[in-house]
Amino acid sequence: MKKRVVVTGLGCITPVGHGKEAFWKAITEGQSGVGEITKFDAAEYPTKIAAEVKDFNVEEYIEKKEAKKMDLFVQYAVAGAKLAMEDSKIDTEKIDHEDFGVVLGSGIGGIATFEDQHKKMLEKGPRRISPFFIPMMIVNMASGQVSMSLGAKGPNTTVVTACASATNAIGEAYKIIERGDAKLMITGGTEASITPVSIGGFCSMKAMSTANEEPQKASRPFDKNRDGFVMGEGSGILLLEELDHALERGAEIYGEVVGYGMSADAYHITAPAPEGEGGKRAMLKALGDRDTPMESIDYINAHGTSTPYNDQFETMAIKSVFKDHAKNLSISSTKSMTGHLLGAAGGIEAIASVLAIKHGIVPPTINYETPDEECDLDYTPNQAKERTVNYALSNSLGFGGHNATIVFKKYQDS
Amino acid sequence: MTFEKVKEIIVEQLGLEESQEIKRETSLINDLEADSLDAVEIIMAIEDEFGIEIPDEEAEGFKNIGDIVDYVENNK
Repeated sequence: MKKRVVVTGLGCITPVGHGKEAFWKAITEGQSGVGEITKFDAAEYPTKIAAEVKDFNVEEYIEKKEAKKMDLFVQYAVAGAKLAMEDSKIDTEKIDHEDFGVVLGSGIGGIATFEDQHKKMLEKGPRRISPFFIPMMIVNMASGQVSMSLGAKGPNTTVVTACASATNAIGEAYKIIERGDAKLMITGGTEASITPVSIGGFCSMKAMSTANEEPQKASRPFDKNRDGFVMGEGSGILLLEELDHALERGAEIYGEVVGYGMSADAYHITAPAPEGEGGKRAMLKALGDRDTPMESIDYINAHGTSTPYNDQFETMAIKSVFKDHAKNLSISSTKSMTGHLLGAAGGIEAIASVLAIKHGIVPPTINYETPDEECDLDYTPNQAKERTVNYALSNSLGFGGHNATIVFKKYQDS
Repeated sequence: MTFEKVKEIIVEQLGLEESQEIKRETSLINDLEADSLDAVEIIMAIEDEFGIEIPDEEAEGFKNIGDIVDYVENNK
């Protein structure tokens, strides 16, 4: 029999705050985390803004000598994982560590380390490349280091599907518990790619907003004047737990995972398939996973990147899946506030989705000023909305044509 | 002088506290919990600092900090 899987711990490092309380307060108050890039001099770049993580003191989470050997994307993951474990109030002395695993997503990995070491090689020669270059840079090191810091000896892997990474990771972690291969899984995503080469690459793709004059208004999903995404960074980490395991220890349950679906566009390296047909199939798969009636969905945390195509096609996909019910949905893109955390986006958006269920509040899409006739659903403009949320669905769509959807449900006994 | 500089490099590279006791007899691996990658990085930093090349076979023979300091003293 399929095991039931619940969410029992939340941790995050985000551009709008660290830990679930600060994050939830910011996104329900409509605070933007976007500002001018401070990590490097972006004067020569068409895009000079990003949603950077502020006030991250790594030594609050990781010993200095350990942190030195971690790229920032790994530090964010370990910090987020520790916050999620703390939030779950689980007694790690009492768990079977072989039943405790990790699946994390990251789109890019240790690109800051890559850039630093490449520069060192050019300046000083190949013999000066750090022995820590490879173990800091490789993308699986987030799930590797998290396993080491938590003693998680069970299933462990990494998902790399660009901006869908974290949602795929959560889905895979859910399936691992569902089939009985683990009782506890740390999952979600992490990203730290606000670096000179990375921002330059996204600029060249013309994928990012150039609204440099008003940084906090640049991320405007579903608004007619949207002009690209705003890069964010951080981590969004959840502890998933097999239901009986959670009940036995009296855990607080945020919600139940009741659906995971994924698909490929098989269409283009970066452009979404016309009418969002790939995203549509991911949503249908996720709803079909445990036979969730589409009319029961109350809230969709949209991928909503603020690029012209994504938001239009995602809207078409939602309308195609939900038919007449599409108009009843509360939809929002929290990327309007957090920016786009790429491979970590699905992590913080899963947290937003389960907290919407817990609190009965839908976070808003800020900067929604000018309606677009192509985007004609209820995007929860500018103000959070009180609404009972029994079911929430979260979409993540990535370059390469990866589409992933997860569905959360308010926890009930049966 | 050489000892002080080598000590400073080790403290920096291993992210140690300033108060960490480091003597000539201190072993990187046994006393300071450095692993083989740490050792490679420390040797690199010492090469940079003193403008010398330390061949791998020499570096592998270092038993403690004193050995490193003596090698630097004799070859800089």
